[in-house]
Amino acid sequence: MEEEVPGMEVEQAPAVYSSHGLNVAEGAEIERLRSTNVQPMPDPSEWLDEEDITKNILLSTVEKVVHWGRHYSTWPVNFGLACCAFEMISLAVSRFDISRFGMELLRASPRQADLMIVAGTVTWKMAPAVRRIYDQMPEPKWVLAMGVCAISGGTFRESYSVVPGVNHIVPVDVYVPGCPPRPEALMYGLMKIHEKVMSQRATDTLKVPLIGGPKSS
Amino acid sequence: MTVALSGKVVAEELSKAMPGAVVSSDEKCLLVDGASVREVGEWLKTSQYVFDYLANLTSVDYVDFFEVIYNLVSLRHNHSLTLKTRCYERENPSVPSMTPVWRGAELQEREVYDLMGISFEGHPNLKRILLWEGFAGHPLRRDYL
Ligand code: SF4
Repeated sequence: MEEEVPGMEVEQAPAVYSSHGLNVAEGAEIERLRSTNVQPMPDPSEWLDEEDITKNILLSTVEKVVHWGRHYSTWPVNFGLACCAFEMISLAVSRFDISRFGMELLRASPRQADLMIVAGTVTWKMAPAVRRIYDQMPEPKWVLAMGVCAISGGTFRESYSVVPGVNHIVPVDVYVPGCPPRPEALMYGLMKIHEKVMSQRATDTLKVPLIGGPKSS
Repeated sequence: MTVALSGKVVAEELSKAMPGAVVSSDEKCLLVDGASVREVGEWLKTSQYVFDYLANLTSVDYVDFFEVIYNLVSLRHNHSLTLKTRCYERENPSVPSMTPVWRGAELQEREVYDLMGISFEGHPNLKRILLWEGFAGHPLRRDYL
């Protein structure tokens, strides 16, 4: 070790192993951290000693909290009727993955469902079943018509057996056009449903006129 | 691959067993008389050809007559045959049902009955299948609409 000469600064040359600029910069940053962060930091303790009342209470409105919960757990009822169903299925699997919206429970039962995605051509023979499943869903409920067939009958509008739009059977909240719509489009439609859920008022009455359905007995 | 049998070859054998059943035949198909079509089906199933599987049953409206078409396959010998029969009646067309011979004919005959209006004698449960009770007409007919 060299003796320190008073009044003179001895500059120690850093050991050089690499001439690569990035390595040198990284080394310099690490050296800087080592030389400046010599003491452990104190724990962020202020909030630990906060009063219970202020740390446990979050202010919002009931509406907002309820709607927030609802729109992130909109369970769809599995209602694939024709070719559009495959785009709906691909929305559910890994590439598009609607579990990001808390919607992965595509069940064949209407009992826990909030959203009916009518994916495909509705024939008159199927129409009573569509209405019955809609009636079996608990309130609040939403309906998304997917594809031109569900919207207006599409290609089969003039046909003898196809319902010219599922809104003849059930009230529709969001229409997603396309033949078939891409899963991205359907996802956009779902986000529109989310917006609708968020903007509803808790004081709203039943939005559904119970028209033309099978008689409840 | 499944070998499509010539209708002529089968027609020769058939006219030996059942004279008068064959109306005409060519390389592609075998046209038989409407009244004896079920006996022909039974014969095709039990003869040396062993057509044990009815792959498809459909119908065509040629305005002058209806044609009912049976696509038969033998799973034993791996060959196939197209069997046809005609029905010249327009108001109440009727053809013997093939359901007693091939069980798979049941739903397909109901479909033909529903959309083309041909009734099948001896069918166990002949009613509409795709359309609903009360629907007027038979939509696959040429004169529908
Ligand atoms: S909109 Fe197109 S893809 Fe969707 S059900 Fe109708 S025909 Fe099929």
